[in-house]
Amino acid sequence: MKLLRATRMERCTGCYSCSLACARIVYKSLSWKRAGIRIRSSGGISTGFEATVCLGCDPAPCAQACPTGALRQRPGGGVFFKEKRCIHCGECARACPVGAIYFDPVRQTPVLCLHCGKCVSYCPHECLEMVDSSKEEKDAQ
Amino acid sequence: MPNSFRVIVVDLSRKRSSLEYFDTRDQWLGGSGLAAGLFRHFGLLREGPFHPDQPLIFAIGPLTGYFPLMSKTVLGFMSPYTCQFTESHAGGRSALALKFAGYDALVIKGRAENPVCLGLGSQQIHIQDAHFLRGMDIYSTGRHLRSLKPRDPGHRSILRIGPAGENLVSYACINVDTYRHFGRMGGGAAMGAKNLKGIILSGDGHLDLDPGMTKQYNRIYDEIYSTVVQSGAMRKYHDLGTAENLIPLNELKALPWRNMQSTHDPDVEAVSGERFARDHLLRQVACAGCPVGCIHIGLLRERFGEEHEFLYRQVSYDYEPIFAMGTMLGITSVPEVLTLLEDVDRLGLDVISAGGALAWATEALDKGIITREEALARLEFGDLQAYREGLEHIAHQSNAFYRALAQGTLVAAKEYGGEDFACVLGQEMAGYATGENYFVGQALGFRHSHLDTGAYGYDQQDNARDVQGAIDFLQEQESYRVLMSSMCGCLFGRKAYPRETILRALNSLGYDYDQESLRETVENIKCLRWALKFETGFQPEEVRIPSRFLETETWKGGIDADYLHRLRSEYQKVLKRMAASCRDETGE
Repeated sequence: MKLLRATRMERCTGCYSCSLACARIVYKSLSWKRAGIRIRSSGGISTGFEATVCLGCDPAPCAQACPTGALRQRPGGGVFFKEKRCIHCGECARACPVGAIYFDPVRQTPVLCLHCGKCVSYCPHECLEMVDSSKEEKDAQ
Repeated sequence: MPNSFRVIVVDLSRKRSSLEYFDTRDQWLGGSGLAAGLFRHFGLLREGPFHPDQPLIFAIGPLTGYFPLMSKTVLGFMSPYTCQFTESHAGGRSALALKFAGYDALVIKGRAENPVCLGLGSQQIHIQDAHFLRGMDIYSTGRHLRSLKPRDPGHRSILRIGPAGENLVSYACINVDTYRHFGRMGGGAAMGAKNLKGIILSGDGHLDLDPGMTKQYNRIYDEIYSTVVQSGAMRKYHDLGTAENLIPLNELKALPWRNMQSTHDPDVEAVSGERFARDHLLRQVACAGCPVGCIHIGLLRERFGEEHEFLYRQVSYDYEPIFAMGTMLGITSVPEVLTLLEDVDRLGLDVISAGGALAWATEALDKGIITREEALARLEFGDLQAYREGLEHIAHQSNAFYRALAQGTLVAAKEYGGEDFACVLGQEMAGYATGENYFVGQALGFRHSHLDTGAYGYDQQDNARDVQGAIDFLQEQESYRVLMSSMCGCLFGRKAYPRETILRALNSLGYDYDQESLRETVENIKCLRWALKFETGFQPEEVRIPSRFLETETWKGGIDADYLHRLRSEYQKVLKRMAASCRDETGE
């Protein structure tokens, strides 16, 4: 399974094209927040940009916290989301150790990266890439 | 698509706000048109720029956030510089922040008793005490504003003024997100007069896309995106940026040096875009929603101790700022230009006007028109320290001379003499000594900006001394630019947004304009803007083109004064006709 990795964020210019693409294509929205990858500066633009995005945990704390199985473990990391099983409790967002789940206050559903890779081609500076999780594991060893 | 504009109106005097709706989408489009329409509604046409109820109008367009490069906010206001209705445009994040907060425009009227910061989001409005920021520079103000509401790092835009705005310098700017500005025409002073030190816009809301539209919308988005990113049409703006113009304009003998005593200098390479990039470019950043990333940040390394002790600053640069703080002042070292740009930013001055004012003051001192006591600093072309002091004196209006200079070069020149060498065309000139068409184009431009009509382009065409040809060019350019500014698109995106593409983008979102109705709407907006400018006091005959412009030498040789005067006289008639046609339509 492939995972989205924000591997070269030092190249990021803060154009938000990735985040807006996720909002537009995946979440059918115009938003900075309703996106699986969210870009932010910390302490002003002069400090550069960071991406808040699912790290693809396995096991995923968000899936473990989900009381109804709406979030299920994805093999190789990350989760699948089944909206019709969601009771809108927000436990997943609270469980994510890196704050990668935005709990949408309007739709009352989690907004998170599904590792679909749609955002990657919108980055003009190749900050993002899809990485094979098994290869990543091997490299780590 | 909603036909009405959703406008949040904040009254700083009464500390109350209201949400108002204007069912005028067809007439005003957005951006420029919306700002003009709202100024017609809220503006006090017969009052001065500092009247408490004179509105500041921040407007965005129908494509904002939906498409790449639709990243500008238009500010409509009564200019403290000209005391006429005007516009200023800025990039950064403010456009998307307003869009995601759910507003088409923010109107601010009234005056707070003490300095305040306005915080705005989709479900929140805060008028926050900011007395502790009084007199504080742009950078410190920015740092402190980050701790005020709405706290939404990365998804908000922070606008603020520095000492120049608070002190009502006529060409004080509004800083947007550190590296962008509502630069020209004194928006910073208009904010200062309201005791409004900062504005925080939080893009904390969401808009649902219409499921019936997404297919067509996504297709057009991708088409435009690929024109921008893959075709290379906009690569130059990312690569060297606008600073790449230094050498070509110098070669054309069209780059003003030392108060435009010359239009060419062999030293240009020392401050060229290539030199900036090679030795000092730290990185590029982007406005929100624009993949181009044209904002060039220079690294200024500064030794502050005897031992190896260094600090560093990050300073944005572009063609115009390098012209204004570099060639116009005879400064030919990149670190020195960056030092002055940092000072200008810190104080919250418009860089072009500040450069023009100091360049004129330098020549005035040299000619004995002003004294050393009046100048306070030893102003001399190429003298970094003197100009650092001069900028402080302008921002703080240190004496009677600087109080006059802080109102504009021509105000000082009228009082002290030296009007003939004031490089002012409605306001201090932008860096294009390209010839008669540009000089008339800026002098009689709606906001006296090089971007009103891009007339320097016509100067570079063959047979450019053709009155009717020039007027057709200026009119056509203005129409397109009014359309683009009503969409709130960046004018660097002209290649990605021919008229047909703008129309298709609008149609994909459900706006049912056709080519003809769109053109007609734009013409009406053009006329409305001119009508407002005339009604607030614009008299084209009164705009001077000082003799320095007539003495200029370009690649074409000397200036043809006869042609310039004929063009100017004919163009005045065109402007009057446009303004009058709008008055007729509104029955006034």
